[in-house]
Amino acid sequence: MQPSNPTPAEPRRTGRYPEGGLAFVHRDLTGIAQLARHEILYLLDEAEQWVELNRQPHKRAEVLSGLTIINAFFENSTRTLLSFEIAGKRLGADVVNMHAATSSVKKGETLIDTAMTLNAMRADAIVIRHGSSGAVRLIAEMVDCPVLNAGDGQHEHPTQALLDALTIRQALGLAPGSDLNGLKVTICGDILHSRVARSNILSLTALGADIRVCAPPALMPAEIEAMGVQPFHDFDAALKGANIVMMLRLQQERMQGQFIPSPREYRHLYGLTLDRLAKAEPDALVMHPGPMNRGVEIDSQVADHPSRSLITRQVESGVAIRMACLDVLTRRARRLPGWTEIEGTRA
Amino acid sequence: MIPCPLTITGGRLVLPSGAPVPGAVRCADGHIVAVGADVVPQNGDQVVDAKGALIAPGLVDLGVFSVDKPAFHFGGITRAALMPDQGPPLDHPARVRFAAQSGKPDMWVHPLAAATLGLEGTHLAELALMRDAGARAVATGRQWIGDSGVMLRLLSYCAMLGLVVVTHAEDAGITGSAVATAGEMATRLGLPSAPAEAEALAVARDIALAELSGAHVHFRQVTTARALDLVRAAKAKGIRVTAGVTPAHFMLSDLELADFRTFCRMSPPLRPDADRKAVIAAIADGTIDVISSGHDPRGPEDKRLPFADAEPGMAGAETLLPLTLTLVRDGHIDMARAFALLAANPAKLLGVAAGRLETGAEADIALVDPERPWIVKTDKMAASAGNTPFDRRPVEGRVLGLFKGGARID
Repeated sequence: MQPSNPTPAEPRRTGRYPEGGLAFVHRDLTGIAQLARHEILYLLDEAEQWVELNRQPHKRAEVLSGLTIINAFFENSTRTLLSFEIAGKRLGADVVNMHAATSSVKKGETLIDTAMTLNAMRADAIVIRHGSSGAVRLIAEMVDCPVLNAGDGQHEHPTQALLDALTIRQALGLAPGSDLNGLKVTICGDILHSRVARSNILSLTALGADIRVCAPPALMPAEIEAMGVQPFHDFDAALKGANIVMMLRLQQERMQGQFIPSPREYRHLYGLTLDRLAKAEPDALVMHPGPMNRGVEIDSQVADHPSRSLITRQVESGVAIRMACLDVLTRRARRLPGWTEIEGTRA
Repeated sequence: MIPCPLTITGGRLVLPSGAPVPGAVRCADGHIVAVGADVVPQNGDQVVDAKGALIAPGLVDLGVFSVDKPAFHFGGITRAALMPDQGPPLDHPARVRFAAQSGKPDMWVHPLAAATLGLEGTHLAELALMRDAGARAVATGRQWIGDSGVMLRLLSYCAMLGLVVVTHAEDAGITGSAVATAGEMATRLGLPSAPAEAEALAVARDIALAELSGAHVHFRQVTTARALDLVRAAKAKGIRVTAGVTPAHFMLSDLELADFRTFCRMSPPLRPDADRKAVIAAIADGTIDVISSGHDPRGPEDKRLPFADAEPGMAGAETLLPLTLTLVRDGHIDMARAFALLAANPAKLLGVAAGRLETGAEADIALVDPERPWIVKTDKMAASAGNTPFDRRPVEGRVLGLFKGGARID
């Protein structure tokens, strides 16, 4: 095996995308809603090389050498933070994690002050998770460097949607540049409170997939049809014909009588068991953004299924997607050829 | 100091009905003593030439959250009813007495007494003592009173005392921590939202309790088609209910929430466009009686936050008149009705002899050029904070001069 130390990625010129910085015109990644279809595909294609690199024993590219990336997490997270940290380090950046959720930092003025502080420390990119919808955008308006949304309230979680799309594309053996036209995807769970669901709806519909969302009425957002999806309350009906079944985590506190009477009642109606999975297409694949409530929304036999479950592959894609996002968003600052002509549009 | 008699000539009088007519108004001892086409100044009068401007009653703003004199005067407001949501709440006679004096002499503040102690919706406050200390009505504050038993006892008591009860009409059990109206916008933005029916439910209950108790209930803001239908039907039945609204709810819809603009965070939240149109129809057909500013200036510490963490409310005193005049320009109402909504009706609710150009009324007078164009600018407001969702909007209608009790305000 080659002791690879690949040269920094030059923007691809396959002809599939606009030249240079026109392939991705945004300064920040605050949501999928801001992205054009070709920009989503561009990020997916860029991530392919990092999937490869991450499978090598020597997993390092010095693309971001000398850059400082701050992961500012105002809400607890283990896997997303770890994924961003690994992504930054594999690209050679200096990565600093700020766990605001565990300190005495509260929302409000402190959020503004924290953003100003991070800005003054001259970060080259800031990755933010925050419990309030729109918080990442607010910070993006106040800092000079690119901002990546690692989840804001119930609004968006764009890197999760990108990694899900990449996972699907690779699992189906689709080549770079491919979209997901005609694919039937069922997303089931707490759609109302899920930023993962919103970002996935936006990206998967942009890539041509047919989306069904399934939840009990109390966990279904109003007028969700306006986002181009078909709502279901009956999981079995929602599964019929599905190629991909995407399960969402249900917060413990929401199944203690507030929204759902009990965990076992939730499982009864919306738990993905092997029997239930059989109602989808015969080769349907299963996804979950984690962390899972095993035995509630998903059974272990499904989650651990060797050929049907994509759950660990999602985690793998996550690092690659975050590498691609960090790489692409810092290209203007790194003055890559073709990327300095136009400034990135904010937020 | 008692000012010398004043005669304003050369203007167009906005009378309780009909189109503005050329004429003059004469004031003495703080009151209007003559109004009409044939009024002329007398010897010793101070004479002001209105130069063709409207001579209109000073605005009576029913339901403001802060006493913000520069903004009120800019907006032509000579009296404001202060919401009890102060720190501490207006739930004690001494605080009411203090608030009632806080604007004099050139701005009269009419405190609204907190209906319940601490505005917590459980224990009745000392309403009679507060009335006698200067409270002109009772208000539930920013919240409704969830306990229907408390509300019924409050209304019966206020019926006896002859006090109007100003309520906030949103069923708190449904709204919870919502900051937006359920619908496509809230769904896309991932904002906590509640169905618009939360308002209709609260209105329906309070109409039933108003009928039962005989009290006069004023819904400070009715913003949805369904709730307006209920008010319309209740009025037709002769139940003593009235309704108000602020310009945000007839000018803006929830589409404004895009980009998480916290200056558009209102309570009740902005509604879908169909409701906005229903509000205009209700203003036109008389279902809505009052347009007020809901003036609530908020600085960056309250507004420069993620949307759901920001405080609701807007600085509305300066834009109240020009935004209401858009309804005149668009033909929904005439000028007389505009000033009924802005002055006469709220004055009547508060039981003060003002808000109309008629003999005997307090000489609270605004000179208004209804066509003077200007541009709202958040960083150039007279208000103590510039949280307006109408930033950079061109508007028409400007106050050229303002008189409180016959004395000119500079």
